[in-house]
Amino acid sequence: MEQPQINVEYVARLARLELEPEERDLFQGQLDQILSYFERIRQVAVEGVEPTAHTRPVYNVFREDEPTPGFSSEVALKNAPSSADGLFIVPRIVETS
Amino acid sequence: MKWKASIGLEVHVQLATQTKLFCGCRTTDSNAPPNSSVCPVCLGYPGALPVLNREAVRLTVRTGLMLGCAIRATSWFDRKSYFYPDMPKNYQISQYAAPLCEGGAVEVEGEDGIRRTVRLRRIHLEEDVAKSLHIGRRSGVDFNRAGVPLMEIVTEPDMGSPDEAFAFLLALKRILLCLAVSPCNLEEGNLRCDINCSVRPADRSELGTKVEIKNLNTFKGVRDALRHELERQQAALEAGELLEQETRRWDADAGATFSMRTKEQAHDYRYFPEPDLMPVRISVEERESWRAALPEMPARRCERFMQEYGLPEYDARVLTADRAIADYFEEAARGASNPKWVANWMMTEMLRRMADAPSEAWARLPVRPAALRELAELAGRGVINSPTAKAVLDVLFERGGDPVAIVQERGWGQISDAAAVGGLADRVIREHERVAADFRNGKAAALQFLIGQGMRLSRGKANPALLRDELIRRLGSRSESAG
Repeated sequence: MEQPQINVEYVARLARLELEPEERDLFQGQLDQILSYFERIRQVAVEGVEPTAHTRPVYNVFREDEPTPGFSSEVALKNAPSSADGLFIVPRIVETS
Repeated sequence: MKWKASIGLEVHVQLATQTKLFCGCRTTDSNAPPNSSVCPVCLGYPGALPVLNREAVRLTVRTGLMLGCAIRATSWFDRKSYFYPDMPKNYQISQYAAPLCEGGAVEVEGEDGIRRTVRLRRIHLEEDVAKSLHIGRRSGVDFNRAGVPLMEIVTEPDMGSPDEAFAFLLALKRILLCLAVSPCNLEEGNLRCDINCSVRPADRSELGTKVEIKNLNTFKGVRDALRHELERQQAALEAGELLEQETRRWDADAGATFSMRTKEQAHDYRYFPEPDLMPVRISVEERESWRAALPEMPARRCERFMQEYGLPEYDARVLTADRAIADYFEEAARGASNPKWVANWMMTEMLRRMADAPSEAWARLPVRPAALRELAELAGRGVINSPTAKAVLDVLFERGGDPVAIVQERGWGQISDAAAVGGLADRVIREHERVAADFRNGKAAALQFLIGQGMRLSRGKANPALLRDELIRRLGSRSESAG
């Protein structure tokens, strides 16, 4: 079976991470190792096993549709690096190619 | 060459819950002060844990059942990676691999009267993002909307024209209102659409290159954007150009779509199951109890109104557009000697007076449906005339009560006494000799003027049909004696 590859540069771009060349090489090696481990897991026979995201068989954890108190806007904005007129102020982000 | 368009829609519907999807913050409208309904969960604080709103699940499944979807026995949430200041967790909690509802369809009637089926692919539940306001080189972010439950309804590319997409949205809105799952207030952005569309030669079955148009918040906007975009694609294909798969933005002022030039990588959302939420299991019993509570489909109710109450199609459509109105009408019309009289009052006075009222207001109206039925009877049988009936309705709107009692109490009964109306007719003829002579000489329209004068003299209280008879009796007999 062909060894799958992770394109570290591509994943870093998706995660908005800037990597130094040596970091890129380091992570490439580490991720390749992790992937080869998954290759081993893939050999386990799992036909008829339902995929799961959780180790515990717990379902339907709900809350009722009833309001509970949160933050006042003053408190919420205390953590804002910058605020004005009750709004969090951030640099304008425009996607460019 | 002949071209064929294929259109699919993704409709984001804000659910009618009191609180957000994963926290107890109230859902607010745009009048709320910014960042006044927020908490660590919807602000995306690290470590804050979401807990699913039960009602949001019920409303989504209810919609799915109404639209004939299959309801997944087990469904779960996924993280959708996405970087933007309106989503500070850097992921949106959505459903990808296992949505609550799959399949289903909406019946759409086009302007040509032909019914088509628009198939649905899925309906899933996700959280809304914050609202950004761009001011120069900075953005202001308001998190009141962040975390509000959205139900995303995704269609197959089954629509063939902008008008058909428009008709689909109208039909869908009608069903959502009938289900009471969303306020469906377009000005508040309760219904927002993304469009997928493509054009191909009519003789080819394989779809053309798909273009996405993002974030339209009016139905008219969807139709206008599609008209321009399909034209643009067709013109490009006719000129032999190749279309690019891309995301475009509709600019209503410019009347055109513009490429958003997003990076192709931006579409790699790297979905994976949300570890902070447990999967949802809907038992057969629960599902079937929700199914049993479904209301009648608006289109079916419309047909029934036409048959059962003898309404014209237009009236039946208007009266079934909103379930609250349909329920009100039906309660009033049931047991009426002439349901059409009730329908007329609904179509004119009631809808006019309630034009700006929310749907819920109908159930709380001081005018009880039985009172409207009574009023329609009194007016229909000529016991009171139309201005009096409107005055009675004013009183009913103000403080409710019984129309018969109001008429008696205020001495508003119509003058239906033949001698009194006869005297009135005599006086009108005396005061308008020339017009009376016109009528005798065959000018039929003159009668209307004389009736009007009689109504004016009686301050609207004369029974108009009786007045008419009395006038004809007098003018007719004179014309005989003259001839």
